[in-house]
Amino acid sequence: MALDSKIPQGPIADKWTNHKNKINLVNPANKRLIDVIIVGTGLAGGSAAATLAELGYNVKAFCFQDSPRRAHSIAAQGGINAAKNYQGDGDSTYRLFYDTVKGGDYRSRESNVHRLAEVSTNIIDQCVAQGVPFARDYGGLLDNRSFGGVLVSRTFYAKGQTGQQLLLGAYSAMNRQIGRGKIKMHTRHEMLDVVIVDGKARGIIARNLVTGEIERHSAHAVVLGTGGYGNAFYLSTYAMGSNVTAAWKAHKRGAYFANPCYTQIHPTCIPVSGDHQSKLTLMSESLRNDGRIWVPKHKKDVEAIRDGSLKPTQLAEDDRDYYLERRYPAFGNLVPRDVASRAAKERCDAGYGVNKTGEAVYLDFASAFMRYGKEQAHVKGLDEDDAILIRKLGQEIVKNKYGNLFQMYEKIVDQNPYETPMMIYPAVHYTMGGIWVDYNLMTTVPGLYAIGEANFSDHGANRLGASALMQGLADGYFVLPYTIGDYLADDIRTGPISIDSKEFDEAEKSATEIIDKLVNNNGTHSVDYFHKKLGKIMWNKCGMARNEKDLKEAITEIAELREEFWKDVKIPGEANEYNEELAKAGRVADFLELGELFAKDALVREESAGGHFRDEYQTPEGEAMRRKEFQFVSAWEFKGEPKDAVLHKEDLVYENIEVKERSYK
Amino acid sequence: MNLTLKIWRQKGANDKGKIVDYPITEVSPDMSFLEMLDVLNQELIEKGEEPVAFDHDCREGICGSCSMFVNGQAHGPDSMVTVCQLHMRSFKDGDTIFIEPWRATAFPVIKDLIVDRSAFDRIQQAGGFISVNTSGNTQDANAIPIDKHDADTAFDAATCIGCGACVASCKNSSAMLFVSAKVSQFALLPQGKVEATDRVLNMVKQMDDEGFGNCTNTGACEVECPKGISLENIARMNREYLSASLKG
Repeated sequence: MALDSKIPQGPIADKWTNHKNKINLVNPANKRLIDVIIVGTGLAGGSAAATLAELGYNVKAFCFQDSPRRAHSIAAQGGINAAKNYQGDGDSTYRLFYDTVKGGDYRSRESNVHRLAEVSTNIIDQCVAQGVPFARDYGGLLDNRSFGGVLVSRTFYAKGQTGQQLLLGAYSAMNRQIGRGKIKMHTRHEMLDVVIVDGKARGIIARNLVTGEIERHSAHAVVLGTGGYGNAFYLSTYAMGSNVTAAWKAHKRGAYFANPCYTQIHPTCIPVSGDHQSKLTLMSESLRNDGRIWVPKHKKDVEAIRDGSLKPTQLAEDDRDYYLERRYPAFGNLVPRDVASRAAKERCDAGYGVNKTGEAVYLDFASAFMRYGKEQAHVKGLDEDDAILIRKLGQEIVKNKYGNLFQMYEKIVDQNPYETPMMIYPAVHYTMGGIWVDYNLMTTVPGLYAIGEANFSDHGANRLGASALMQGLADGYFVLPYTIGDYLADDIRTGPISIDSKEFDEAEKSATEIIDKLVNNNGTHSVDYFHKKLGKIMWNKCGMARNEKDLKEAITEIAELREEFWKDVKIPGEANEYNEELAKAGRVADFLELGELFAKDALVREESAGGHFRDEYQTPEGEAMRRKEFQFVSAWEFKGEPKDAVLHKEDLVYENIEVKERSYK
Repeated sequence: MNLTLKIWRQKGANDKGKIVDYPITEVSPDMSFLEMLDVLNQELIEKGEEPVAFDHDCREGICGSCSMFVNGQAHGPDSMVTVCQLHMRSFKDGDTIFIEPWRATAFPVIKDLIVDRSAFDRIQQAGGFISVNTSGNTQDANAIPIDKHDADTAFDAATCIGCGACVASCKNSSAMLFVSAKVSQFALLPQGKVEATDRVLNMVKQMDDEGFGNCTNTGACEVECPKGISLENIARMNREYLSASLKG
């Protein structure tokens, strides 16, 4: 099947408006006759569920957590971008569009990104109307801050809990519709398969995680807002339950999977402390507004810091290497995430890591304390030369901005970041790859949609900070509700979809067989044993830097591990009860397939772009080297085994942005 | 560290539960409390026993999933943390640790340490929202300036993670801190004032229908709240409720 991205005709700035004017609508009386299933209740799924229900559709929503409010969007910290230009610093729809395409290393679809930039301002208006308490200045107007890879302040925020506040906004909009009976909410349910009838997505198979019951649910369209697949790495900033199962099962039923190798490794996370570690914790990118990243210039100081004989605060300014400011003077500490992560790895690989494992760099707020403190002393008419006072005043300001992050750091590391610099290291954080979708956010399966992180479309090979929340809400509030109507307009006379069909029988049987096999396997090792092994392969061979040899080994090793898993995994308990190990096993089984496709995709992409860095393709300065012949989206078609997946290419055309070297110097 | 864990085990909602002893060895002080339970569960699985079921997801103190009583305190001995942020350095070698689920009529046990908190969702469904449709035509976000103090106070109330520690810590199993946090967030914002009357009446009614107890101003909820939600919210809700009742 040839890929048709269905990009509307016309100038880029008019495409979305023209498209909206031309597509089919469903009349309000007919919307009542149409059911839509939405899987996942994060920013994308939650906002889509609420909006579709407001429009009059019957929504059936599903989440594996005990409440829609707990989806992992809740953990996003720093903020959400919008081209409001409230700061008057030269922002515009075009600039947000340009920054996002450049930030994605020219590997995203122009038309989708422009639409994202267009609707970004509506998101902020909508959220404020819902009662989202964004940060404000003393005049009562909304405040902004800066994120990496841009030269304006366009990020709206609510301290370090922006994702929480936005998700609670979408959750409240959902609650209003649940109360009205327009959304039927199924919590503690996991989607195990999508059901295709006559070539169209018409329902799902789900498992009730409390009773273990396998259930059939039908609808006229199915929407996946099921997030990313970074937990393939075992250790990541994702929630423990985040998984690829819904997306992967959709892939196996015909949805192409795009750019699986594009993974974001976030530069500022708390370093790994030991083998017991179950997850990694992010320290928001917003901290790079005020924190400066450094390692010692000299190896002897590195040794002294590691053995505890030297404190970082004792090291003279001249003996510190602020390597981002040195290498990228124009953007400094606010370079995009891929660039910052690789720079940290480069210093640590060269032996300058500051903790015992050698995998940590400093994020230091000392100069921000002094800068803010001086300003405060001036405003309050206090002694501007009193260093102790100034430091204290400055710390108060920083506490107001990032207090919860500093507290979180102290709880985990047991060090006070007001007194000593934070230690950070890159960690897996987001996946730009995902299910391939056209301009309407429809996958290659008619009636099956993917929104938010679950799709691939907007971030190219690297996502800019504060753009995930923007994309999730753009898709859910302002894009899908229009585009899905165009498809559903043909379904007004279809009537309810029956769950008593051979397609539902087959899908249920397939899901039940997997569960029976897992629960009766009687192997010797737990699910985590295999998941950790997969994570090690992924991190060591498909991580921040990749090469042909490693990737080929990874493909073989993952396939072997998958075989071992099916022979030897051990699941206690029964299928017909609450059984977390069984749920985990199903997810890890899918990660073991996805991981292999991931490595295969990385192997095929013989270039470096954004988060995908191949050792073989770098400039003499060690920067990523893009190759013109790889200016396409890799969309993989499932053919039985990951190794047999077939590559389809969507060529990327840039008509409104000149593709040039992506420089932050 | 070597520890003795005394954990509530309960097969299902209708089964009788009991405390079971589990010795655990070689616990690192850098582990989080849940990572320590992960280690125990791995041992149980390898032995062919059922692991201890508990709710958890983000493991960074924001999703509100984790919910356990540790030595008689919601989320354990540290203040301002959820149990996923509690680290083993808060304990000493040789300690005995009691681990139990939230106990409240409105939060029935599902299995082991997992309880059903859907009552909280139903309270929010009764009125925890502002009735505004998504349209793309709402007024500009800066059209109504909001006093920074009010905006910040609304934010502080809105940081509630819905974990239920307030209910579990209250001798009356009252949900007043949870409900008042939502009522306060909206009452403090101009956007929320329009339907403030119905909101507080409907949410309080639902809270009572769910079987939560009354507030007797003991303040245990505020002490145990991992997000430091203030008792002032309860006072504000009482004012809102009184004025709504007089209007209504």
